[in-house]
Formats: sequence, C-alpha cells, structure tokens
Amino acid sequence: MAAALLLSSCSGAGEVEDDGPADLDVSTGVTDDSVVIGTHMPLTGPAAPGYSQIPAGAGAVFDYINENGGIHGREIDYRVEDDVYQPDNTVEVTQDLVHDDEIFAMLGGLGTPTHSKVIDFLNEEGVPDLFVSSGALMWNQPEEYPLTYGYQVDYTREAKIQGEYIAENFPDADVGLLHQSDDVGEDSQAGLEQYIGDQITEVQSYDSGQESISAQIEALADAETDVVVCSCVPTYSAMMFLESAGIGFEPEFMVSSIGADTVTLSGLLEQFSEESGSDAPADSLLDGMIATGYLPQAAQQDDPWIEFYSGVYDEYVDPEVPFSNTTVYGMVQATKFAMVLEAAGEDLTRQALIDALDEDNYSGPGLVPFSTAPDNHAGYTGAYISEYSEGGDVEVLQEVRVTDNGDGEIEEFDLERPGPDEVTPFSDLG
Amino acid sequence: MASSQKSPATAAEPKAEEATRGTPKPRGLVARWNALPMLLRHILAACAAMGAVIVLTSVTGQGENTRIASVGFYMLAIAGLGILIGFSGQVSLGHGAFMFIGAYSTALFVLHVPMMPLWLNLILATAISCLAGLIIGVVCARLHGPYLAGATLALAVALPALANRFSEFLGGPNGLDFLMRGTPPALSDAIPNTSWQAWVVWLTVLIVLVFLANLSHGRLGRQMRAVRDDESAAALSGIRVARVKVTAFVISAGCGGLAGALQAYMLKTATPSTFTVALSLSLLAVLVLGGLGSLWGALWGAIAMVYVEEWGDELAHTLDLGTNVANNLPHVLYGVLLIALVLAWPSGVQGFLRQLGNALRPREHSGYGTPSVPPTHEGK
Repeated sequence: MAAALLLSSCSGAGEVEDDGPADLDVSTGVTDDSVVIGTHMPLTGPAAPGYSQIPAGAGAVFDYINENGGIHGREIDYRVEDDVYQPDNTVEVTQDLVHDDEIFAMLGGLGTPTHSKVIDFLNEEGVPDLFVSSGALMWNQPEEYPLTYGYQVDYTREAKIQGEYIAENFPDADVGLLHQSDDVGEDSQAGLEQYIGDQITEVQSYDSGQESISAQIEALADAETDVVVCSCVPTYSAMMFLESAGIGFEPEFMVSSIGADTVTLSGLLEQFSEESGSDAPADSLLDGMIATGYLPQAAQQDDPWIEFYSGVYDEYVDPEVPFSNTTVYGMVQATKFAMVLEAAGEDLTRQALIDALDEDNYSGPGLVPFSTAPDNHAGYTGAYISEYSEGGDVEVLQEVRVTDNGDGEIEEFDLERPGPDEVTPFSDLG
Repeated sequence: MASSQKSPATAAEPKAEEATRGTPKPRGLVARWNALPMLLRHILAACAAMGAVIVLTSVTGQGENTRIASVGFYMLAIAGLGILIGFSGQVSLGHGAFMFIGAYSTALFVLHVPMMPLWLNLILATAISCLAGLIIGVVCARLHGPYLAGATLALAVALPALANRFSEFLGGPNGLDFLMRGTPPALSDAIPNTSWQAWVVWLTVLIVLVFLANLSHGRLGRQMRAVRDDESAAALSGIRVARVKVTAFVISAGCGGLAGALQAYMLKTATPSTFTVALSLSLLAVLVLGGLGSLWGALWGAIAMVYVEEWGDELAHTLDLGTNVANNLPHVLYGVLLIALVLAWPSGVQGFLRQLGNALRPREHSGYGTPSVPPTHEGK
C-alpha cells in the first residue's frame, strides 16, 4: 500500500483531474417533508459583530415559512455553522455540511477569504452555492463555477456608482479612500478610479483584525481631504467616525453598503465610546453619513417588505438581536431562496433548482435588479445613495442606478417591485 | 484512536534496550518483541498504525476522515514541539510560524510548479522550514527560558503579517487558493478523496515518527536530555551544547513545516489567519495536556486538539444553550480539562497511562517502571 501511495504520488501535486460536471439529477438532503440547507458564518471572533444578525434574520423567515406549511409541503432545515471567519474552519465546516449533514444547497456562505476556499469543492461536489455573502467579483464566473451565484452588489459596481456621484456632486473635492487591504479595497478602488481618478489625493488601508486605525485617519486629515470614501466592514467604519470626531476632522463620509448598517454602527460606537470613557452620543456621529445600498433599510417603515419583515422579526427573532439592515440582509437572502425553491417545483432536484434560478430574476425585496441569468450570476447589479440623519431619518439622494463591473456606462433604472402579497410563496402563506 | 492500540512501540521506552541486555534469551511474546532491533520495532509499529488508519478510514464517513487526517498533521507538529521542549528543554511559543512556512511553501510550489510531485513538494517544504529553523535556532541558542519564549512569540506574531506585506506574492489576507490532486484516477471510484488524503497524511507522519522515535532514543536524544537537565554538566562531559540545541530546533522546525505542508495539502489553502498566535499557544497547551517527553503525548495532544472542540460543540448543541454560552463552551471545556489533568497528573495523559501501566504490570518488571523522562523540569 505504501508503495502504491508513493508511486501514484509521483505525478504532479498540483494536477487537476477532470471528472466532468457533477451529477445534478439528485435530491440530496430532500425528503417529502423537509429540505436541508447549510451556511458558514462568523458567529464568534473578531469578524462576528453584526454578522451574527444575518442567520438570525434568515432563520426567522424560514421559521415563518415552516410554520405556515413549508414550501411544497417541505420544511426548510437551515443549519448554520460557525467558522470564526477562519478559512481552515470554513473548509472543515463546509465538508461537514456536505458529507455529514448532506445539505441540498449552500445559502449565503459569508466572506471572501473564507468562501473562496470552498467554492471549488462545492462545484465539484455538485452542491448549488447560492447567494454568497460577499461582494467579490469571483462569484460571478458561470463558466468556471456554474453552481455559484452572487448576492450583494459587487464592490466595483458599487464604487463606480459612488465615483460618479462624487464627480457630479463634489467635482472640486479632494477625495481620500479608506479601505480594507484585500479585495474589498482593490475592487472598490478600481471602480472609483474610473470616475474620480484625478480627485483621489490620499489612499489609506487597514488590515482586517487591526486594533486601531488612528494613523490612517490622521493621514486623511493631514491631506485635508473633503470627501472620505470608506469601503470598510462595520467595525472599521465605526472606528473611523469615532477617531475623526476625536481629532475634529469633518469631511463628507461616504460609506459602502457593507459598513453602513446604522443600527450596528450605533451599537459599536456606543461600545467603543464606553470603553474609551468618552460620552459622545453615538447617533450624532453618524449624522450626514452618505451610504450606498441595494436593499430597503430597516428604518424605512413604510416599505411593504420592511413592514412584513418587522412582523416576522417580532414573532421569530430573539429580542437580543436588533432589527437592523443586517437582519434584513439575511431575511432577503432567505426570501430569495424560498422563491427559487418554490419555482423549482414539487420534484425537487439540484438540477431543478439551477433551472429555476436561470429562468427568473426573482424581483422582490431588493430595490435594484437581481441577475441570475445563465451567463450572469451577479446578484444585485446596482445601488441607490442615501443620507442618514441623526434620529434615524433616511433620505434618498439618488435613485437606483445600475452598471457592470467593467468599464460600462452607469444607467438609471426603473424597477417594477412587487410587495410580499404579490410574490409566491409569501402570498400563499400566513 | 485505534491506531494507538495497534502500535505499542511507536514510542518505545529505553527500558526495552535494558531488557534486551538483561535477558539474552527472549521468553514470551513481549520479550521477543523487545529483542528485535529498535528500528525494526518502530517500522513494524508504524506499519501496524498505517493499517489501523486504513481500516479506520474505510469504516468512517468522509467528514471523520478529514478529522483523522487532522489528528495526523497536528500530531507531527506537536511531536516536533515535544522534541524541542521535552527533550532539549527550549520553550517555543511560536511553533505555528513553522507551520505557516510549510503551508505557504507548499502553496507556492503548487501554484508556480504545478507538475512537481507531491513527495518532492513535501520534502522541499520541510527543507525550507528546517533552514528557517536553523537560522532562528542559531539566534535562539543564545537565549534561555523567557527570552527564548519571547523571541519565538515574536516570530509567531510577525510571520503571518508577511502575507499582508507581500500581498502580490502571498495573497494578502485572503491567502492562497490552489487545487491539488486527490485520489489517483485509476482508484477514484473505489476510494473517496478524503480517505486517500488521510492515508497520504498518515503515511508521511508515520515515516517521520519512526525517524523521531529512533532519534529520541539514540545518542542525540540522550545528549538533548543531558543539555536539558544541566547544560554545564553536559558541556563538561563533552557535549557541544549549542550544536545540540540548534539541532533540536531544526528538527522541530522541520516537523512543524511538514505539518503545515500537510495541512495545506488537506485544505488546499494557506491563509494568514490560520497561523495565529493562538495556534502556537494551543500546540503548546495540548503538548502539556498529552504529556511532555514522549511521542505518545503528541498523539493524545493531537486528539484533544481536534476532538475536544468538536465534543464541546456537540454538547452545546445537545444542551440547546444560548448562543453566547454555546460559543464559549468548547473553550471552557478545554480549559477545565487542561487544569484538571495537570492537577491530577502533571505529566499529562501519557504520564497517567504510564502510571496505570506500572500499577498493572507484574512485579518482576516493575524495576523498569521509571519513566524515560522526568515529567517536569525547570528551564534554566
């Protein structure tokens, strides 16, 4: 046996064997009355703040569906594994979900460094990999990853829309960038440079896990930037607001959707202020924040979907978890999945799920168009721009615009958006 | 672990040698086993362990196979650390750094030289780690106790940051992704990928363990123990202390690097966040838990490393606890286990098993019952 092992290991270690596409005409994880799906999320560790609200939101929508009879009579068994945002854990928990839990599909695996480590595995094993919780460009590669579908607007598209807005509204401003030193930063900068390449005077980045960004904020202040575009996760946008207030630096802050959840931000700001002994009212720091988004915000109570989600939240979510944009993010993810599952029909196979994805765009909760076409797995394809005011008011500054992740034009878009009572399965439930 | 029961001599104790000398005519199975040359005994035991791994992986599920393989590469890293701390008396808080070096070497070779065979890749990754160990060892041989611990801790903090500094080459915070060949095509229908990977990992680990077991019972092992117990006395009796200490460092670094390489092979990824200071400290903690000064301790440590958290998760799940409690339960369990074990048996699980063995052994053998290595020692 040892000899056989050694002999066979003589060919290249990096060689990729080509098995051909996995068999999708299977119903792994599906029974007459249930369907098992899984996800990986950071529930603990430094990346966890805020993100643990995503599975809480998604789980609540599934609870609501299950209590109202499920989809085609099947209850959704949603299994959330904690990967601590560490790729080696992600690999392990994903293997467990696929091999031991035998999930039918993966829904909303979170993070670029994490999910990029299991995308090959999921596609090889023939597990549909829906609505990845990350704006990296790599999810939208239907040729290479036929089973992977994006969800949130990618970082480049979002940055293009931010760039165009700055060029139109602050044409003479010096712009500073603050971003995370991975694909979030790179992809965002690529988008911004298309519109405000000559306005960017200062670029600062932080490493995820870093304890303080005061040096970066000092540099942005020293460069006397008028607009700071922050492509950061909530922890670091919160730090940015606090540090800037601390040194009296008051530019326009423009924050990407990933770091602009005001409920999470206020929570973090309160916590940071408490730790540092300052008594600055958290909410006032956020006054005037310009944010990009593609989903309705938790504060927009007159939106039909937010109204529906509030009801679900009241009934199924632990009150310890706030009703935030992040909770809504998970709820929309679950809603989209339920719609696809409904459309896949009674005879549920993985192929049926993929076919259903390719047939429709599943308009619903989102405010921008969603793409699940056979040759475009992008997810949300545009963004609107809003301004937050102290006290919770959200004013839309610029309606939805859509674009691509290359150098294509940015266009206005009028979206036909059905409410919950017009969308199956929700119109048939409750 | 079934492998543990089927390989009683992977870490044969010196008493075996004495037994051979004392009783020239072997009587009974145990004595006949002891009469075999040490190397042969270790190889036979390793073959038995390999057989056990193959049997075990063919009856368990795919998820379990991955964990069995993880026990393998962690055992290697812990055994390497055991050689350094248990045998030569140098404390390292940065062993994870060598796993980092091994994993990234493997990743870079696969990405840039994809046709290079796996065995060569593993050997090169080990060689690079040994080289790093040599450089660091030469520096650290001048340091003692807390100073050495501080230097190695710095290593564990600094190295993963390199991945961010040279993000073009090392992939930044997202790390490196690559594909590696699994089961050979001819066997791919019969053998699941994860079983195959577990076999490759354990085969490599066992080969190195045979080497370590031989080494620790040979001349170098004795020299290391002499250096550990009293450097001046060792120097007076002609041992070149610095050279022995550096050698221990190199061996330990090589084991860590190979473990990292095997981990990269299993996970098909190398990311900085895998090799945090927490990893280095966990390796040290489970080494103490398993038992210093014996390769068996490394096995118990590795099992604890992989399974205690798993059991904690399952327990939390069964008890249906709140998120905050459930998230922390595995760590608490770990801590309680470590404290309880060290209180009861300062020499770890292996110390306990040895005590148990001595208590059960017939009287005539009790003379050989002295542990091969004192359970604890004072670093100088």
